[in-house]
Amino acid sequence: MINILIAILVVGIIAALFGALLGYASVRFHVESDPIVEQLDALLPQTQCGQCGYPGCKPYAEAVANGEAINKCAPGGEDTIKKIADLLGVDVEPLDENHEQDSSHEKGPKIAFIIEEDCIGCTKCIQACPVDAILGAAKQMHTIIVDECTGCDLCVAPCPVDCIEMRPIPETLQNWQWDLNKIAVTQLD
Amino acid sequence: MKSIIERIKQNKFWSFHGGIHPPEQKHITSDKPIRQLPLPKMLILPLQQHIGRQGELLVKEGDNVLKGQALTQASNPMEVPVHAPTSGKITAIKKSPIAHPSGMSELCLFIAVDGEDTWRTRTVCQDFTLLNNQQIISKIANAGIAGMGGAGFPTHIKVNTKSDINFLIINAVECEPYISSDDLLMREHSSEILEGIKILDQLLNPAFILIGIEDNKPQAIKILKQATKSLEKIHVCILPTKYPSGGEKQLIKLLTGKEIASGTLPIHSGIVVQNVATCFAISDAVINDIPLIHRVVTVTGQALAEPQNVWALLGTPVNYLLEQTGFTHHEGNNPLSTSPVPPVIMGGPMMGFSILNEQVPIVKTSNCILAPSKIEMPSAFDGNSNEVECIRCGQCADVCPSQLLPQEMQWSAKAKDHQQLIKLNLFDCIDCGACAYVCPSQIPLVQYYRVAKAEIRQQQQLDLKAEKAKERFEARKLRLAREKIAREEKHKKAAAARKAAMNKKTPEAGAAKSAVAAALARVKAKKATDATNVKPQETSTVPKETSTKIEAASNETQDEKSQVKAAIARAKAKRLAKSKTNKLAVSNSEEINNEKTDRCEDSPERKQNKHSSSDDKKAKIAAAVAKAKAKAKAKAAEKSQGLEVANPMNEQSKTINANTDTVKVDDKKARIAAAIAKAKAKMKTAEKLQASTSITENNNEEIK
Repeated sequence: MINILIAILVVGIIAALFGALLGYASVRFHVESDPIVEQLDALLPQTQCGQCGYPGCKPYAEAVANGEAINKCAPGGEDTIKKIADLLGVDVEPLDENHEQDSSHEKGPKIAFIIEEDCIGCTKCIQACPVDAILGAAKQMHTIIVDECTGCDLCVAPCPVDCIEMRPIPETLQNWQWDLNKIAVTQLD
Repeated sequence: MKSIIERIKQNKFWSFHGGIHPPEQKHITSDKPIRQLPLPKMLILPLQQHIGRQGELLVKEGDNVLKGQALTQASNPMEVPVHAPTSGKITAIKKSPIAHPSGMSELCLFIAVDGEDTWRTRTVCQDFTLLNNQQIISKIANAGIAGMGGAGFPTHIKVNTKSDINFLIINAVECEPYISSDDLLMREHSSEILEGIKILDQLLNPAFILIGIEDNKPQAIKILKQATKSLEKIHVCILPTKYPSGGEKQLIKLLTGKEIASGTLPIHSGIVVQNVATCFAISDAVINDIPLIHRVVTVTGQALAEPQNVWALLGTPVNYLLEQTGFTHHEGNNPLSTSPVPPVIMGGPMMGFSILNEQVPIVKTSNCILAPSKIEMPSAFDGNSNEVECIRCGQCADVCPSQLLPQEMQWSAKAKDHQQLIKLNLFDCIDCGACAYVCPSQIPLVQYYRVAKAEIRQQQQLDLKAEKAKERFEARKLRLAREKIAREEKHKKAAAARKAAMNKKTPEAGAAKSAVAAALARVKAKKATDATNVKPQETSTVPKETSTKIEAASNETQDEKSQVKAAIARAKAKRLAKSKTNKLAVSNSEEINNEKTDRCEDSPERKQNKHSSSDDKKAKIAAAVAKAKAKAKAKAAEKSQGLEVANPMNEQSKTINANTDTVKVDDKKARIAAAIAKAKAKMKTAEKLQASTSITENNNEEIK
């Protein structure tokens, strides 16, 4: 009987010791895990276009982390959905029809262009731009900072004189992509 | 260091991994001297012929230019100027296909050659040792010299270095089959090349100068040895023939045994590599003041009757060179031929690319034009590749000079697995094509790598842009929050000030108090009208019951906002007009506006004269707005709608002017009331403003 009691006591003490050790270690060596929202935000295209129904990419990342559908990012398209599905371990879904943007399927990315002679300088587009890519002041002509424009479309609707249009980015030698199907370039030997 | 030199003196060199021995084919052109060609009729000069950016144009269409005159100027260190290769007239500056695998067009200068070949004034430098380094570097930069081996890196950047240089390596290897331009240049112009090497020696002051040359150019070796006999510092290093010994990193490994770490430049290890043709260009530029306007081009291939090395002016169209060397369209006559135009390759057979348009010009980096016959190079003719599955033989890894794993990279490239490609060091691939040459499955490996490299670069740019967009978005959010707080603070202060002013027991304050009460009443009335805003014609009666005095006073505020309102009203009207369901309501309200403005038409016109200056400005803005609007309308081909909306607009502004006038008649009291009303109006949201526009305008009419 006494043996059993000693055994229980010993095992109990060992358990308590290890428990305390583990408890201490979990506090002492606490690892701040990369929050899922940050990881999701990194996957999104950062156009800040709001087509998903949220005011920017970060809010959508937060919403996805809280269970929102992963297929609402039109600029990111299939690729982004795939990456999010990978990260969250859920099934890939096709892009939500309501959020499908026809321009993303046509000629690749576009950027905004202000027809400057028509601009009346109302500053409405400046207020709409999520990345401050429009330069101008009240009653002065506005223009787009091409390098900063994400092509989100948000400045088009507020313009009272309809002088903003979305134009495809012209192909230059700097952004040209090899397309083996289009041009028969052959490696010779 | 010492042991390296001892080894070199004993002619013992290192070797690099892999490499291949393709048929050399250099004999086609290497036994003939460099030929001088008659001037072509037209030169096409691309503004950008090198890595970096194009310079600023100095000439315009119709200008006459002299030989050697600078056509562009560099405002950035990575820019390199372009010079007129001969005298003539600039007939056009437009986009034209250039020597690039994409076959895309870039801005080019078209020079109609006058045949006189008149030089600009030149200043020949007798003794370059009297010049200091900065003078020499600026001479090199102004001569537009970019590396002539292939990549076209601006030379003045490469030689403008402060770190200690152990080795200056002169690349005379010319390892690619067919090409013999450097070989011939060394044989015919060894003294100039030596001068160029001496200039580089003065600039860089290296411990040793090594000239790397393959053993398949015995004549050039003999001449170089003869020329450098008296110079202790220069060693001519004879290397066994192997492709790609001429690659920068491979040559350094061969000569010094050093490996350049991935992602670093040879300069970090105290080594500078210069092409032998670049040395020639440097001596021409520094001593004779001749900018880089011509170069030796090997025009070769069995489709030519007289393949030969030629002195080609930059900008010479490729088809002119082919004509001069007797290009015969063997296959062109055969309608059954799979390729309608016989292929022409710019660059060597290993690293060159087919050119799609024979109008493309020779540029600073073009060293070879290859026009093969069908027997010589069948793969260039049938176009479609005979690629079959990879059999994992591993031969590609055996020959890779960068010690990469080509077959693994090919799988990852096909799967678009960019992470894996970066892990496999794709960016250390030098595109030499040795792997594709040995591949028994005829997989065009290099093509896959090129595509993958371009895609990864594009992706990196997009990632950068996304990162920047994110930052800007966050910054904007912060800014908006800051502004909001500042605004609230301001409003608080203003409210406190107002309260203090009103609590003073002066008659003015009392009047203001009653005005505030009246304004509050008006707000209530307006809120009521907001609900019934769908039918503006009915709402016009409601505000009549509110204090007309206050209305009149607030007109000043309305006036200031009239432009904004007008624009908004128009935009709104347009939107309404577009959605045809609301069309009726709009036309109704416009009719009312028209009627009312008609009524008071005569009085505003008289009164307008008094306020001519402010009216002028307003009228101008209104006109501009109307114009912009009319343009947009015209585009949509809705002319009738455009007129309908534009007309009331003009009349509205007139009415507003009239209103200001009545306000001016009112006394000081009214002005205080106006200020309060203004503050109140500011607090209105944009939607409220929009909604109330039609109402207040209707009210204005009532005041009349």
